[in-house]
Amino acid sequence: MLSVTPTLRPAGGLSRLAWGVSGVFAPGLVSADYGLPFPKPVTPVAERILELHNLVLLGCLAAFALVCGFMLYSLVMHRKGRGFKPARFRGHATLEALWPAVPFLALAGAAVPATKVLLEAADAGKPHMTVAITGYQWRWKYDYPVQDLSFFSSLATPREQIEGGAPKDERYLLEADNPLVLPVGLKVRFVITAHDVIHAWSVPQLGVKQDAVPGFLGEFWASIDEPGTYRGQCAELCGVGHGYMPIVVQAVTQEEFDLWVSGQKSNATVAARKGPGTNAAGAPRL
Amino acid sequence: MRKLSKAIARRDVQSIGLLRWLTATGHKDIGTLYLVFALAMLFIGGAMALWLRAELFAPGLRLMGPHVYNQLLTLHALIMIFGAVLPALSGLASWQIPLMIGAPDMAFPRVNALGFWLLPFACALLLATLFLQASGGAPAAGWTFYPPLSMQGGLGADLAILAVLMLCVSAALTALNAVATVFGLRASGMTLVRLPMFVWTWLVAAFLLLVAAPALAGALLLQLGDRHFGTQFFDAAGGGDPRFAQHLFWFFGNSAEYILILPAVGIVSQILPTFARKPLFGHVSTALAVFAAACLALIGWGSHMVATGLPPAGALFFMYGAMLAAVPASVVVFNWIATLWRGSLSFETPMLFALAFVLEFTLGGLAGLVLALAPLDLQHHDTQSVVAHAHTMLVSGALFAILGGAYYWLPRWTGRRYDERLGKLHFWLSLLGANLAFLPQYWLGAAGMSRRIPDYALQFTEPNRWSTVGAFLLGLAQLIFLYVVVRTVRGGRKADVRFWEGARGLEWTQRSAPRGFGAGPRTRSPNP
Repeated sequence: MLSVTPTLRPAGGLSRLAWGVSGVFAPGLVSADYGLPFPKPVTPVAERILELHNLVLLGCLAAFALVCGFMLYSLVMHRKGRGFKPARFRGHATLEALWPAVPFLALAGAAVPATKVLLEAADAGKPHMTVAITGYQWRWKYDYPVQDLSFFSSLATPREQIEGGAPKDERYLLEADNPLVLPVGLKVRFVITAHDVIHAWSVPQLGVKQDAVPGFLGEFWASIDEPGTYRGQCAELCGVGHGYMPIVVQAVTQEEFDLWVSGQKSNATVAARKGPGTNAAGAPRL
Repeated sequence: MRKLSKAIARRDVQSIGLLRWLTATGHKDIGTLYLVFALAMLFIGGAMALWLRAELFAPGLRLMGPHVYNQLLTLHALIMIFGAVLPALSGLASWQIPLMIGAPDMAFPRVNALGFWLLPFACALLLATLFLQASGGAPAAGWTFYPPLSMQGGLGADLAILAVLMLCVSAALTALNAVATVFGLRASGMTLVRLPMFVWTWLVAAFLLLVAAPALAGALLLQLGDRHFGTQFFDAAGGGDPRFAQHLFWFFGNSAEYILILPAVGIVSQILPTFARKPLFGHVSTALAVFAAACLALIGWGSHMVATGLPPAGALFFMYGAMLAAVPASVVVFNWIATLWRGSLSFETPMLFALAFVLEFTLGGLAGLVLALAPLDLQHHDTQSVVAHAHTMLVSGALFAILGGAYYWLPRWTGRRYDERLGKLHFWLSLLGANLAFLPQYWLGAAGMSRRIPDYALQFTEPNRWSTVGAFLLGLAQLIFLYVVVRTVRGGRKADVRFWEGARGLEWTQRSAPRGFGAGPRTRSPNP
């Protein structure tokens, strides 16, 4: 059931090791555009997150293995069935004093890189361009203030595939009528709010997740490294359509982006008269 | 119910029949009521979970619409947390705290009864909202009650808020009673340091509950104000902020996780020494760690709000706070391992559940650490990883400890033996079911599958299928538990007071709690 695109590509050594070691995540890291287990990062922040994730996962596996190891040894060797007589000790001052130091040092080791990544992710200053996102029940609205573009993005999966027996296509629930088109290599600042209830805009491969809170502006950023289509879904329960408001980001080169903008402008006036909800802005033909 | 009553409490029957249970104030009777009620709610909340999992067996909407799905997931959480796990812990407290500290009863027996009798009404109110489909049905905004979505609910949302307020009162009364009992009615010689670990963890959890529950009650009352009395606490249009509700909720919610897991830690700390035939390693350091964990529980709530746009300083504060909880948790796990070390181990059903708890607590705790690290949480927040972590802690954690505790104390409560073979069968099926249900969800979360969605993209199909199979196995295994308990109560073979060879502690030394103040036994250690 893995819907892997032709861009299938193995990840770096450490990450592959981390995923490989953990039996739970056995198949290793592949880059499906929205696949299993961990989507391939395409922004610097998402890459840093994955590196940290792999590091922490290795530490967790080591800790879990140690706990299992000591316990298993006891369970096998110190059984009553083997006639093992219980020791009488009920504590050990030095050991007990050392206990907290072990996790504390490990935590400090994780906290330092985590702090760095968090501060990097939070720094949306000096962007090259800005996109405004508004969450609606149940679709997204994207505004490009400088390019003077505005359109809604809704689920493109037909109703018959959801409720009826129609065969589900590969992008089931992950296809939008109008994707968000962004140029690669530019620092894009997003400001986000909501029209009605709280939604959350989340694209795992970009390493972003931000609540859209009505009445307030949130801010985050992404700088996409390579062209491609990156998908996500609303992450905050927002009512009956929560599972049905996909996010589709199409990252293109600067020239393609400019072409797309001018194409949009030519029919934007028509779209504006039709009012919200019309899907005037079509997906770019690339 | 009548047959149950005869069998369980033959030794101090005052009146027979239903009336006896309606008028009961004795700590054992109330404890039994709590436990039976919790088991009933476990099956109701569990049935909801299975219905949800059945919908998630394959992509597409097949069994229900999204609105029903959202109602069920909201009620499932509320029923399981407030109707099953917390009441089960209260039942264990009502039964065991007086027995373990040599008190004649809880400090306020009628408050104890009131604390219980609020539950059936509150839970009935909650469940009744399902029958209000014409006016919007049950609350469908999740147990987190986030405005403005929660404002869109109808009459059902109001009734649910009322029910949860009642549940808050019930929990607070139980906590107050536990605190008063432990401080006022300990046997002479039982200092606080000598408290059995189950009593100590309950004492700490009770204080935590008393601090945290008002935040939830406050959040809900303010929402009622917004809904009906024209206030705008959570409405930006009137200068409010919906995120205030989240801060209040998670101040409670983050503490609630610890309130539910700390007494479980206490139960396991009673069981492991019994079956290792060796005292608990590091009694004082375990007690201090439990206390430290409760303090840290109060400063980690923002770790649930990583996507709300906290300023970096705030996000870092909550990240460090939530991470630090790993320190006391590690101390407790290390002490458990040292307790097992060079013991003389045997593997009866309570021990199996306790050992599984140690491993699942470690696994769920490590997953919690990943979630606490804010940058990683950007990927995992509001995905199936969070579902997996919460259920590892509450099912493979708290529920396993409660089941272990039930097997552990069942002979003491009923004076009868349970069927060890069926108990072990129950354990292995539960262990298999729980891990089959929840491990695939970690995978789904890492892959980016949102939580609280009734339908999903095709690449998530396989793990969801396994998860559903595991959930049904877990659910059906609990029927074995029901059968074991009923059979034990109705005709198990007689058991001695000190049933377990390695059991120490006051509860195993006397058939019945002493009557009257000052009549209690003397003790010099938590394990005399």
